[in-house]
Amino acid sequence: MTTTQETAPAPEREEIITGCDAVAQALRLLDVDVLAGYPIRPYDSVMTAVSKMIADGQMDAEFIVAESEHSQFEIGKHASLVGARAFIGSSGVGWMYGMEALVVTASLRLPVVALVGNRALDDPGAFGVEHNDAMMVRDTGWLLYWVESAQEALDTTLLAYRVAEDKRVMLPCALSMDGAFLTHSQHMVRVPVADTVSAFVPPYELGDRRFHPDNPVSIAPQFNEDWVMEARRQSDAGMRRARAVIAEATADFHRVFGRGPADPFVDSYRMEDAEYVLMGMGTVGMVGKVAVDRMRAAGKKVGFLRVKWFRPFPQPELRALLRGVKGVGVVDRDYSFGSNSHGGVLYTEVAAALYPEPRRPVLVPFIAGLGGREVSVDNLLEMEETVERATADGVADLTCQWIGVRGPDSDPRDVAATAEGGVR
Amino acid sequence: MAIPELVIPDLEINRRLTVLPMQEYYTSGHRTCQGCESALVMRYMAKIAGPRTLVTGTTGCMYVANTSYNSTPWALPWAHTQLGSAGSSAIGTAAALKVLMRKGKIPDERINVIAFCSDGGGGDMGLATLSAALQDTRYNLLILLYDNESYANTDIQASGMTPWGAVTSFTPSGTEQRITQHRWKKNVPALLMAGHPTGRYFANASSGFGMDLMDKVRIALDVGGPTFVQTHDPCPKGWDFDPRMSHELAILAVECGITVLWDCLEGELRYQGLTKQQVEGKVRRKPVADYLRRQGRFAHFTDEDVDFFQSRIDEMWEDWILPGVLRVNQTPFGRLPVDGSSPRQAGHAGAAVASGNGNGSGGAQIEAVGGNRA
Repeated sequence: MTTTQETAPAPEREEIITGCDAVAQALRLLDVDVLAGYPIRPYDSVMTAVSKMIADGQMDAEFIVAESEHSQFEIGKHASLVGARAFIGSSGVGWMYGMEALVVTASLRLPVVALVGNRALDDPGAFGVEHNDAMMVRDTGWLLYWVESAQEALDTTLLAYRVAEDKRVMLPCALSMDGAFLTHSQHMVRVPVADTVSAFVPPYELGDRRFHPDNPVSIAPQFNEDWVMEARRQSDAGMRRARAVIAEATADFHRVFGRGPADPFVDSYRMEDAEYVLMGMGTVGMVGKVAVDRMRAAGKKVGFLRVKWFRPFPQPELRALLRGVKGVGVVDRDYSFGSNSHGGVLYTEVAAALYPEPRRPVLVPFIAGLGGREVSVDNLLEMEETVERATADGVADLTCQWIGVRGPDSDPRDVAATAEGGVR
Repeated sequence: MAIPELVIPDLEINRRLTVLPMQEYYTSGHRTCQGCESALVMRYMAKIAGPRTLVTGTTGCMYVANTSYNSTPWALPWAHTQLGSAGSSAIGTAAALKVLMRKGKIPDERINVIAFCSDGGGGDMGLATLSAALQDTRYNLLILLYDNESYANTDIQASGMTPWGAVTSFTPSGTEQRITQHRWKKNVPALLMAGHPTGRYFANASSGFGMDLMDKVRIALDVGGPTFVQTHDPCPKGWDFDPRMSHELAILAVECGITVLWDCLEGELRYQGLTKQQVEGKVRRKPVADYLRRQGRFAHFTDEDVDFFQSRIDEMWEDWILPGVLRVNQTPFGRLPVDGSSPRQAGHAGAAVASGNGNGSGGAQIEAVGGNRA
C-alpha cells in the first residue's frame, strides 16, 4: 500500500450520522447553489436533510421540488449551465426515468454531482440495493464512484465536485451508495469546516460556456455527422484526463485535511501476499474485510479488493494488484443477463481489464445480495472456497455462481442452461 | 462579449405597444422552411425581449431547423433543452440566476428567462413541466409554446394539438377510415390558466398578429412571475399549402374563430383585435370551410366533416362560459351564458355571466376561474 505524507489534521468535529446525512453535510460545506429533489427511497433522505438545513438558515441555496426525475435532472443541468453548483440524485427506476436528462448532462460536459442510493429496479418492486441503476450511465460520460462508509460518502462528495468541475474533466459525477446498508445506517463521521473545504474545492467557473446575457452563445446546436464524432472524442479525452485529476485531487485531500485514502482508485485490504482475492463494490467491502481477517487467521493468504472509481475504471491498479494472484472471485451486486459467463457488470469489466496480462488469474463470477439481500461473511467464505477449488482444478471458464439464492442453479425447463452447468 | 445595451420603451403594462426597437436578436442563419411562421414568432419574441434575455428551446423545428452548428440565428444566449423539458429548463435557469445574484456571484439585474416549446414538446410530453414552472412563483420565467399543430420536424406526426381530422404521417386518411385523427385539439392555454391560480399571465396569440404577439410577450416579461404565451403558427409543410399563404392562413384562423386572441392578466380575461370585435358582435365569424379548404391536410373532408368542425367551433363561441376559452356551460348558477344570448351580443364574458345569473355570484365564479387578482 502506498501512503501519502500526512500533515497536521484540519479542524473537524465528529458526528454520528447516516450516509445520506454525510452527503448533506458535504453539500452544505460546498455551498451548493441549486438542488432539485424528487421523492424515491432511499436516496431521498439527502434531500430531506438539505431542505431542512436551508429552512433553518444553515445553507443558502435554491431547493426545487421537481415534478419528475426527468425535470429534476434537467433543472440541475440548466442551473449548472448558468454557473450554479448543482446537486441531484435518485434511486432505482427513478434514475431510469430521468435517463435522457442524465445523458445530456454528460454530453453537455456539465459538472453536476448526483447521489444514487442504489436500489433494485422494478418489477417486482423492491427497496433494497442493486447496482444496476447507477450502472446504466456507465457508458455515457458520467464519473462513477461506489462508497463504502458514511465518512467516505462525505469525503467523496467533496472530491466529486473538485474532479467534475476541473477544467480538464468537466464531466458529471454520480456517487453510488448501497441503499439502506449505507444510506440509512449511522457511522461516526469527521465533518470538516467550510474554510478547509473551500481551500480544497475552488469556485465553480464555467468560463466561455457560461449561460448569461454577457456571453451570447448558442449551447448544444444541431451537429449531425459533421461534428458529433469530434464531440464524443472530447468527452473521451475528459474521461481519460480524469485519472490524473483524481490522483492529484486525492493527494491534495491529504494535504488539506491531513487524512484520506491510500489509493485514489481502489481500496486494497491485506493484499500484500494474497494468493486469492475477493472483489466487490460498496458495503460488501466491510463484510469482505471481516471475512478476510477470519481466513487470514486460519492461515489462508486472502485479500479483498474494493473498486471505488468505476468510471474511469481502475485498469492499471487491477493489473498491478492482481499480478501473481492465483484466483479471483468477483462479487457483483448487479446482473447483466446474457453477458460473458452470465456474470455481472463488474466481472465483465475486470475480465476485460486483465486481458492484456500475459498470466491471468482464474476469475470466478459471483452474483450476490440482489434486491437488498444480505451478503454474509459465510457467503464470502463459500465464494473463496469456490475460487480455490476452481483454481486447483484449473477451471478457467466457470459460468456465474449465484450465492444465497433459493432453488436450482438454473431453470430446469431451460435445457441449454442445464447443459451449461457450472460447479457448485 | 456583451451585446450593446438597447433601450426598450418602458410602457405601462396595460398600454398597447406602439413603438418597436429596430434591433433583431433572431437573425439570419436558420434553415426553416419557406413560409415558416414559427420562425417569425421566434423573431418577434427575441425582438421584444431584448438583449438581457436567456432563451432555452426544446427539441423540435425551432431546434433542428434553427440551430445548425456554426450558423446560429440567435444573437441572444440560447440553449437547447430536451423535448419534454421547457418548464424544467426555465426553472433551472431562473433558480440559478436568482441564487447567483443573491450570493453576489453575478451582478443583480433583471434578466428575462424564456423557454420555448412546441405543441408536441409542451402540449404533450412536457406538459407536466409547464405545470411545475407555472406553480413556482419564486421565479420570473416565460414559457412560449409555438403551436404549429404537429411534430413537424420529425415528418408531420399528430400531436395532442393537431386539429380533429387532419391528415398527418401517423393519422392518414385511408380507404376504410377517412378520419384517423380522432382527438379534438387540446386547449393548453386555458388548461394552464384554469389550473394555476397563482400564474400571473396567460395568453393565446397568433403569428398573423405580430404586434399583439409582441405585446403579450412584453406583458408576460414585465409582469414577472411564471407566465405563459401560446402562438398559433401555420406550417406550409405540415398543413400542405403554398408557403406564400402562411400569414393569411394565420389571420383566417382568427377570422373563423378557430384561433382566439385572448389573455388573462392577474385573473382578468381580455380579448384582443379581431377576436374582440367578434365577441362584441362587430364582426361575424367567417365559415371554417374558408380555412379548412385551403389546406391539403383537410382535403379528404366531406361536407359533413366540415359541418361537424363548424358545429364544434360554434359551440365554443355560443355555449362556453368563457367564449372560445373555457368549456363550461352548466354551473350551479344555471346555464351560462344565458340561452339565446350569443356572446356576439354580449359586451364581454363577465357581463354575459352576470346577466345569466341575475346577481353578482356568477361574476365571482369567473374571478375564481381566472385567478386571484391582486
